[in-house]
Amino acid sequence: MPDHGAPDFSNWSCPLPLRDYPTIVMGHGGGGKLGNELVEYLFLPAFRNPALENLGDAAVFELGPGRLAMSTDSFVVQPLFFPGGSIGELAVNGTVNDLAVSGADPKFLSASFILEEGFPLAQLAAIVNAMAEAAAKAGVRIVTGDTKVVERGHGDGCYINTAGVGALRQNISVGPAQAQVGDVVLVSGTIGDHGMAIMSVREGLEFESQIRSDCAALNGMIADVLDAVGTSVHTMRDPTRGGLASTLNEIATASNVGIEIDEAKVPVRGEVQSACELLGLDPVYVANEGKAVFFIAPEAADRALDILHGHPLGRDAARIGVVTTQHPRMLVARTAMGSNRVIATQIGEQLPRIC
Amino acid sequence: MKYLTEFRNGEIAQRMAREIHQVVTRPWKIMEICGGQTHSIIRNGIDQMLPPGIEMIHGPGCPVCVTPLALIDKALAIAAQPGVIFCSFGDMLRVPGTDADLFQIKGRGGDVRIVYSPLDAVELAVKNPDKQVVFFGVGFETTAPANAMSVHLAKRRGLKNFSLLVSHVLVPPAIEAIMSSPENRVQAFLAAGHVCSVMGYWEYPPLADKFEIPIVVTGFEPLDLLDGIRRAVIQLEKGEHHVENAYERIVTYAGNLEAQRLLAEVFEPTDRAWRGIGVIPKSGWRLNDKYRDFDAEERFQISGIHTEESPLCKAGDVLRGAIKPAESPAFGNECTPRHPLGATMVSSEGACAAYFNYGRFLSAEELASAGATHA
Repeated sequence: MPDHGAPDFSNWSCPLPLRDYPTIVMGHGGGGKLGNELVEYLFLPAFRNPALENLGDAAVFELGPGRLAMSTDSFVVQPLFFPGGSIGELAVNGTVNDLAVSGADPKFLSASFILEEGFPLAQLAAIVNAMAEAAAKAGVRIVTGDTKVVERGHGDGCYINTAGVGALRQNISVGPAQAQVGDVVLVSGTIGDHGMAIMSVREGLEFESQIRSDCAALNGMIADVLDAVGTSVHTMRDPTRGGLASTLNEIATASNVGIEIDEAKVPVRGEVQSACELLGLDPVYVANEGKAVFFIAPEAADRALDILHGHPLGRDAARIGVVTTQHPRMLVARTAMGSNRVIATQIGEQLPRIC
Repeated sequence: MKYLTEFRNGEIAQRMAREIHQVVTRPWKIMEICGGQTHSIIRNGIDQMLPPGIEMIHGPGCPVCVTPLALIDKALAIAAQPGVIFCSFGDMLRVPGTDADLFQIKGRGGDVRIVYSPLDAVELAVKNPDKQVVFFGVGFETTAPANAMSVHLAKRRGLKNFSLLVSHVLVPPAIEAIMSSPENRVQAFLAAGHVCSVMGYWEYPPLADKFEIPIVVTGFEPLDLLDGIRRAVIQLEKGEHHVENAYERIVTYAGNLEAQRLLAEVFEPTDRAWRGIGVIPKSGWRLNDKYRDFDAEERFQISGIHTEESPLCKAGDVLRGAIKPAESPAFGNECTPRHPLGATMVSSEGACAAYFNYGRFLSAEELASAGATHA
């Protein structure tokens, strides 16, 4: 897969024999022969695993004893392909990460596609292959799925829903309401990369070095942290839509505590900061797809930070703040000027300013 | 980042703040004209660093905030029409009209689009010859050149489906109006750096003389603002009143002459209503006769609009600098960024939104003590 924006499909060899149609037609969602061909030539070879190959109405699998975690997410990103990934990786990693930050080991995923009539099969194949690669990397299996087709003009090419099931780890108890006064706040790397990668493509912004999405499965990195200091971890979240600010505000509210961060310690890539300045946005509100925040008992924080630094996805991890009894349910930042400011939750999406 | 990081240095900021503390002997009230400066002052807590007697009064320089309600309602009516692509800068979309905002019009099926440049809207007009493309041209002198360029290009390319809904406003007449008001409390101005990058600062010496006030052309980063405030305070303490340029890396006395030529080619001065303030003579620009065909108000004859401001909204008092946002009884109660009564609660440059988003519903003591555990 090329590194920039939309891949070049001119030399793409589609694993699906193109039969009669190089694009999705209504019949692909009709439950007939065309739909079966999509399954047989595209989905099965890409996702191949025993639970899927039954092709029953439901996947059947065993998950051992203990409690389970389940999560679902829908993906409607535009553009479908962007620097650092595609809707395919996002759909797998998004659900994997939601399970991982809940303290579960992600195991099985479902994948549902809503395709727009006329969507190129070659692009669908690229997306499906990206999902298969991401699933293999994250160690999860895609065991059931569905495809529907909507008329041209009723969709944005391709929407994907994934749901996932994971086994909760023993002796781990994490949740948004469990942050404790004195906890140290860690973030696993630079913030705002995904949101600004998407924005730069949409707005045609170019910088000296290209901004790439941080889209990645976090379950391996999180497992390392939990293996080492699991009982000291109180809260984990992946700061996706609404960015770091929204995630920390949610935790402050759910745990009824105050959170203080040191603005200068929050890692932001130079090119992401530049793009934000240009568009009048604040990186703390920009989406991430491969970052986690940890609320950890202070005595375990250094160890956790060492573990993060030793993982390829956590090299830029940083200690950014603490949990306090003051200003409950609020996020306060110490600015570089030495003053304090409240970081509130945004109402909707950030709006670019006039000047 | 070059030209940004250097101007956000906390240590130098503390040093400049100390300098201000050293020269001040009595209270002064200084107005920063521009909403971008208000945003930066509140975001960086510059006002927390100043001596207690130095009060920053937040000026009317937020284009979103001063665009009159009648024109917003007109924009909503045009955007709702079939066959129209209505383009705007992002932060206009949530500004409340009498009954709705542009987001709601979009939700009801209007083709409303956020663009980053009016030239993008011209391109949309080229690509959609069967649609009428309208750009909402609001702003001060800063955004005017790009808007002027859009109609200039549209005319040159013979586009019949592009028009501009213009609500341009100008800084010098606003300073004149504020200083002439009987309730004025302002003793010095920080002039808006971006406006002056286009216009230069040749318009300001007559104002400094007439009203005997210091005017300091000021940038937007923390050190820019502290330097602007420092220079204004020094003049005030010495009893001087002249125009200084504290934003020399961007602003020259004459300004951007090419842009000024284009503005003169496309626009003419007009009386303009400022939301919450009222009509200020010759305080705006409209398209002149040569470009009248591109005026959306001429192209779309909208009538029968009944505009009504919320009686609880004190945005006018805030924009005139008469009260601070948190002094409005509705602030944080009936009026929040989620349910804004006025535009000052919407735009990130609006004083009310800046106060709300950065927690200025807390007292200064509460905010200061919030950082105690950082130490």
